[in-house]
Amino acid sequence: MKQFLEGSHAIAEIIKRCKPGVVSAYPITPQTHIVEDLAQMVADKELDAQFVNVESEHSAASVVLGAQAVGVRTYTATSSQGLLLMAEVVFNIAGLRLPIVMTTANRAISAPINIWNDQQDVMTVRDSGWVLLFAETIQEAVDLHVQAYKIGEDPRVMLPVMVNMDGFILTHGMETVDMPSQEEVGKFIPPYTTTYKLDVDNPQTMGYLADPDYYLEIRYLVQQTHRELLSIIPEVASQFKKAFKRGEGNGLIEGYRLEDAEQVFVAMGSVCGTIRDSVDELRAKGKKAGLLKIISYRPFPKDEVLTALSRAREVAVVDKSVSLGGFGPVYTDLCAAVSSMGPKAPKVSGFVLGLGGRDITLKSIQDVYERMSGKQVDCEFIGLKQELLAEGK
Amino acid sequence: MKEIRIHARAGQGAITTASILGYAYFLKGEYPYAFPHFGAARMGAPMNAFVRIDDKPVRLRSQVYNPDYLIVVDATLMRGFDCYVGFKDDGIAIVNEREGMEIPKPGGKQKLFVVPANKISMEITGGKTLLSNTVLLGAYAAATGDLKVEDMIKAIAERFGDKGQKIVDMNAEAVKKGYEFVKGGR
Repeated sequence: MKQFLEGSHAIAEIIKRCKPGVVSAYPITPQTHIVEDLAQMVADKELDAQFVNVESEHSAASVVLGAQAVGVRTYTATSSQGLLLMAEVVFNIAGLRLPIVMTTANRAISAPINIWNDQQDVMTVRDSGWVLLFAETIQEAVDLHVQAYKIGEDPRVMLPVMVNMDGFILTHGMETVDMPSQEEVGKFIPPYTTTYKLDVDNPQTMGYLADPDYYLEIRYLVQQTHRELLSIIPEVASQFKKAFKRGEGNGLIEGYRLEDAEQVFVAMGSVCGTIRDSVDELRAKGKKAGLLKIISYRPFPKDEVLTALSRAREVAVVDKSVSLGGFGPVYTDLCAAVSSMGPKAPKVSGFVLGLGGRDITLKSIQDVYERMSGKQVDCEFIGLKQELLAEGK
Repeated sequence: MKEIRIHARAGQGAITTASILGYAYFLKGEYPYAFPHFGAARMGAPMNAFVRIDDKPVRLRSQVYNPDYLIVVDATLMRGFDCYVGFKDDGIAIVNEREGMEIPKPGGKQKLFVVPANKISMEITGGKTLLSNTVLLGAYAAATGDLKVEDMIKAIAERFGDKGQKIVDMNAEAVKKGYEFVKGGR
């Protein structure tokens, strides 16, 4: 049913329909509304789950780790500093192969303290083994959560999935959402059952010491599963499309006006909407511009990216985070991907935008577009205020 | 596409106002995107809420810089700050009247409606300014012609239905009073 919903509330509503048995979270802006709503739903007995209040994100992650380890479907959500505090457990969850679903309401990292949106937080746990999905709209965020449980709990996968949604822009924004019914969601993700659990009747251990004779293979197997995910995610996306009659792209990427595009923006999350408007403006002026949206950042869909860019001459990667001292993370992945194209590879430039909530406008995207055709750049910050930089010297 | 910018202080209900406005358009079959932008993230600090409305899903995620419509919940924000910055040439502004304060005039073809929303709210509630924003929404409907009184009341009824009929009725009265104030040309 179509409703006009706040992003956070929409996420709580869809998580309710996914029926986790345990929810544990510590509130942090801009994630707070999601877990407030879920706590209310548990209190009102709309959701038959245990909501475990904790004193920190480290504990929240530990609680869902423990619950998932005994075979219960779980959910948590966090943001920014909260994700950093969770980091140790986040890596453990993936290493233990526990298919937890978490929402990250993407926000900047301190210092200086900043509550606004960028995508720096998730990059801290980029290498943890979690599946990392990015939503462009509230609808997509809702739909990705349903798919997240399906993907993670697949016996071929057994890995945690994080759905990233831009803080405030999507968590506090309100838009039209087609909210699936309990029945539809229940049919798509039946109750979670697994033999991989801590069970006194069938004892096994998790997280034992892996010495140098074993560790390399265990890490390799996670990497191997990520490779397999490149066909499993599109499989789930296509089942979703069939069941819910919507969904763009193939679950890994989505192209916009790419067919004959020679100049292509690459981006993740809500900024893709603004870029679509920019692409339309450029097209109206006769420019062959397009957008490649990355939905699945981990696994990184190299082959799909290369196919999508096969006609591109120039590529501009729009990163909302930066590996300080290096480059934008998505830029780095893009460069790794196109390196196999040889002399046919497009020119790839890297741009950093929107850190700490700096507004990304059509003008910002126009600035990127203008630099795209110039000299190749690898980490160009867009929208810098020169007067502030002068003061900082 | 229509763009609306609301000026308020954090805690004055701008987000709820944007949400009701968006909901009223949603009920008409439009695709609104309503969203806040916080300044200092504390009570009393100036903040904005925005609404974009289109007949297809809104994709643009930036803040609103060239609003068609302006709602100023707290006129003291107009002291030392130009709330009209970027205001469209044929824009319509609805400003909550503030005793002892002269409301700056917009330019050219831009229209300004100064509405005694606090006063009207106090009449309805017996001394409280709780319904001021609702009065402004009624005034908005009349000033822009985009929404009918019934659209706005329906949005409020569905949004606040769980707070009881009395709250809905008082809000409905506030919408009507705001609407009539503008229509009556007072």
